[in-house]
Amino acid sequence: MIDPELATETIRLALDRGATDAECTLAEGEEFSALVRMRSLETLKDAGSRAAGLRVLVGQRVGSSYTSDLSAEGIRKLVDSAIELAAISSEDPHAGLPDPSELGKLAGDLQLFSADVNTLDTDHRIEQARQTEEAAFAADPRITNSEGASFSAYSGERLFANSRGFLGSYRTSSCSLSTTPVARQGEFMERDYWYSSARSYSRIESPAHIGRRAAERTVRRLGARKVATQKVPVIFDPQTARSLLGNIFDAVEGDAIYRQASFLAGKLGDRVASENVTVIDDGTLSGLFGTSPFDDEGVPSRRTVVIDRGVLRSYLLNTYTALKLAMKTTGNAARGITGNTGVGHGNLFLEKGERSPDELVRGIRKGLYVTELIGSGVNIVTGDYSRGAAGQWIENGEFAYPVSEITIASTLQRMLMDIEPPGSDLEFRSSVASPTLVIREMTVSGQ
Amino acid sequence: MLPLNQMALSDSFFGQKFGITEHDLESYLSEALAAGGDYADLYFEYLATSNLSIDESIVKSAVQGVSLGVGVRVIAGERTGYAYSGDLSPDKIRHAARVAACIAKGPSQIEKTGFDESHKRNLYPLLTAPHETSLTERVDLVKRADRAARAYDKRVFHAQASYIDSLRYVLVATSDGVLSFDRQPLARLGVSVLARDGDGSPQRGYAGGGGRVALDFFLNEKTPEHFAQEAARQAIVQLDAVPAPAGEMTVVLGPGWPGILLHEAVGHGLEADFNRKKVSAFSDRIGQLVASPLVTVVDDGTIRNRRGSLNVDDEGVPTERNLLIENGVLRGYLFDKLSSRLLRSGTTGNGRRESYQHIPMPRMTNTFMLAGDSDPGDIVRSVPRGLYCASFGGGQVDITSGNFVFSASESYLIEDGKITRPVRGATLTGNGPEALKYVSMVGNDLQLDEGVGICGKEGQSVPVGVGIPTIKLDRMTVGGTAG
Repeated sequence: MIDPELATETIRLALDRGATDAECTLAEGEEFSALVRMRSLETLKDAGSRAAGLRVLVGQRVGSSYTSDLSAEGIRKLVDSAIELAAISSEDPHAGLPDPSELGKLAGDLQLFSADVNTLDTDHRIEQARQTEEAAFAADPRITNSEGASFSAYSGERLFANSRGFLGSYRTSSCSLSTTPVARQGEFMERDYWYSSARSYSRIESPAHIGRRAAERTVRRLGARKVATQKVPVIFDPQTARSLLGNIFDAVEGDAIYRQASFLAGKLGDRVASENVTVIDDGTLSGLFGTSPFDDEGVPSRRTVVIDRGVLRSYLLNTYTALKLAMKTTGNAARGITGNTGVGHGNLFLEKGERSPDELVRGIRKGLYVTELIGSGVNIVTGDYSRGAAGQWIENGEFAYPVSEITIASTLQRMLMDIEPPGSDLEFRSSVASPTLVIREMTVSGQ
Repeated sequence: MLPLNQMALSDSFFGQKFGITEHDLESYLSEALAAGGDYADLYFEYLATSNLSIDESIVKSAVQGVSLGVGVRVIAGERTGYAYSGDLSPDKIRHAARVAACIAKGPSQIEKTGFDESHKRNLYPLLTAPHETSLTERVDLVKRADRAARAYDKRVFHAQASYIDSLRYVLVATSDGVLSFDRQPLARLGVSVLARDGDGSPQRGYAGGGGRVALDFFLNEKTPEHFAQEAARQAIVQLDAVPAPAGEMTVVLGPGWPGILLHEAVGHGLEADFNRKKVSAFSDRIGQLVASPLVTVVDDGTIRNRRGSLNVDDEGVPTERNLLIENGVLRGYLFDKLSSRLLRSGTTGNGRRESYQHIPMPRMTNTFMLAGDSDPGDIVRSVPRGLYCASFGGGQVDITSGNFVFSASESYLIEDGKITRPVRGATLTGNGPEALKYVSMVGNDLQLDEGVGICGKEGQSVPVGVGIPTIKLDRMTVGGTAG
C-alpha cells in the first residue's frame, strides 16, 4: 500500500525549498502474465514496481521530476531536480493548479478494483490461457499455428496530492485473456486475435468463446484479394470504429484546440457530423476502464457530451487548456507519473442506434466491411485520412470474399458527415467504445 | 575515466555505485537456476532522462527522472521465466530470481565458472554525455529551434520544439559466463511547426534527429536551426498540396528516412522469434528470391554514434553488421539468444529490450539498403507518371500476411520525368515478400535517417535507425483520394 505521508512529506519538502505550489503522484503496481503457445507454457512474468513524480511551480515557472527510488535520499533528489528545472523554464502566465473549488472526488465505490485478479493460482491462470488457445485450434482445421494465448493480470494503486489540500488515492485491477491463432491456406498465412478484458476476473469471457471468436476472425481472412480502386460505402466493425473515436478525441482535446492543430478548432456550436453522431465522454461509469474518481490533477471525473446529434458541444480540457481557451476544465487531465498534464478521456463512446450489424451489412449493395486498420495515416490538423485496411468485400448485402493490402481514404470532416445511423452493438471492452459504423463513401485504393 | 574495454566490474557504474561484486552476480544466478533451467541472466539498468520543451516560445515543460532496476530471466527449453525488481537490495534480487526460477523444473545442468568480461570497442566514446551537460546549455537548443522556426516564414504561426536525452548504464551477467557493461547516451531534438496561408487550413511540418552523440552534435553538425528550418519548410510546402492519387502506380522513394519501407516490408518479418514460430511471411524462405536482384539490405548495429547502434545488445552480445537480403536473395534473420538457441544458429546481437521490466526479443538496429549505381536524377526522369516520396510518418506491418503500410508526409507528383506538385499525406501499402521485387532502379545516394526512429513491438519501444538510397518501385498501391 502507498503511504500518503510520503506524498505530503514530498510536497512539504518542495515548499520548503522554494516551490509556491506542488503536485505529487505515487504509483505502484504488480503485473503477471502467462503465455502458452502450441499447448505449452512459454513465458511467465511476475513482478512489481513503484515510482514517484513531482511537479513544482516556483511562481509561474514549472519543473517536474520522477524517480523509482523512494528512499529519503531518492525523494530529496526528486525535489532538488524539480526545483532546479523550474529555474531554467520560462514564466508561463497560464501555468497553475486547479482552483480549490474545482478539486474533489466522486463518492462511492466505482468498482475499479477486484481482488479476484490476484487470488487465482498460477496453474489456474496458465490453464485458462491453454484452454483459450485449444478452443481456437478446435474451431477450424485451418488453424495450424498460433502466436499463443495469454492470461494477464494487473493491480495497482495511484495516489495524488497537491499543495492546495487535495489528497486522494484509488486502487485498480485488470485482467485479460487473449489469443492470436494463425491459419494457413496453401502458401498464404493469416492471423487475427480476440480478447476479453475487465477489471474483475469474474467478468472475463470464457476461454471457449474467446478461442472460437479468434479462430473465426482469422480463417475468414484466408484467400484475401485486392480490389480495384473505387469509391464505396465502408462499414467499420466495432473494433476499427473505436479507432475513429480515438481520432475524434485527438481532434477535441484541449492541447490540439488551443494550438489550432485540429480541424475541429474553433468549431464549437457548429455541425461537424451527421445527426446520427452523438459522442460522450463519461469517466463516472461503474467498473469500466475509463472510470476514475478524479483526474490526474485532482478534479472529479464527469460526463461530457462532446458531439450532440452532429453538433460540437464541448472540447475535453484540463486546467491549463481550459485557461488558455477561457473555459472551464472538464476533468480530463491526464499524465503518467509527472510533468504538466495532458488531456485524456474517460469512457469515450458513440451512442448506439437500433439496427443490428447484420442489418447494416444487408443494406449495402457493394462496399467494404473493415476489420483491421494499420498505419498512422491520420492528420488531425487537416483531417486527411488514409490508412491500410483489411476486411470483407460486400456484394448485395452479403460478405463475398476477404480483401487486404488496400487503403481507405477520405477526410475526417467528410467521414463524420457521412456517418449513417449506427449499429446497436455498443460494448465497453476498453475505455473507447463504438457500435458498428457505416460511412456513406470512401476511396478504396487497391489495384 | 577508463575506456569501457579495460573496465573491471569494481570500476563499473554498478560496482562503484551499488557495490555489486562478481560473487553477488554468481549467487543471484545460482538462485535463478536453483530449480533447474538451461540459462539465466541478470540485466541491471540505471536510466536517467531529461525532457525539455518549448511551445509558443515559452519553455513550458522541463522534466528529469531516474529509474533503476534489475530483470532476472531463466530459460528452460522453450520456456522463459521473468521477474524484476526496482530495488537492488540483495533480498529483493534473490526474490526476483526465485520467481523467475518457477519456470524450470528439474536439476540444472549448468556449471557456473566465472565470467568473461567481453568488450572490444566503444561506438559512442563520449567523455561527457549530453545528459551530463548543463541544463542551460540544453534548454538553449529548444529556444534556438523556436526562433528559427518562427523566423523561417511569416506563414508559420506555431512552433514547438522538444529536446530529450538519456544516459543508460547497463550490466548484463549470464550463466554462460558473459559479463558486460555499457554506458549508452542518447539524445534527440525535434521540431514541429504549423503554418497557414490566410484563412486556409493549417499544415504541419516535423523534423528531428540526434543519436548516441555529444551535445556538440547539435551545436556543430545538425543545429536547432537545421531541424527548425526543415520542419517549417515541410509545413510551407504542404500549403500548396493537392489531394494524393489513388491506385497502383510507380513510386520513387527519396534517400534517408523513407528507408522505413525496409523496416516494415522486410525487417520485422526477419526477426527470428516470428520465424522460429513460423508465423512470418518470410518463414522458411532463406535462399529464396524475395526482392529484385538490385536489392541488398543489412541491419548494422555497429555504426558509430547512430541512434540504433549498441556496443552490446541487451543480452550482452556484441552487435554486428548482418546481411538480410543479398542481391534479392534472403540470407539471414535477426536473432536474440533464445531464438538462436532454439534454431541452433549463431547470434547476431539483436536481443533488445525497452527496460529491465521487459523480456528481450529480436529487434532491428540500423536497417538500410546498400547503394546502387543509378543517378537519382535519372531515376526521376525515367518516370512518366508517379509519386515521389521525400519523407514519411510512421509505418506498420502484419508480419504473418506480410502486408505493410507506411505514411508519406511529404510527397510530390512525378509528371513527364519531373517532380511537380506536392500532394497531401497518403498511405502506401504493399506485401513484404513481393513489394521489393518491383525495385527497378537503385540510386548511388545512400543516406541514413537523421536519428528519430522509435520502433514498437509487443508493447516495447526501442530506438532504431533506417536508411535507403533513392529507389524506384514500378508498382505500389497509393492510398489517396484523387481519381
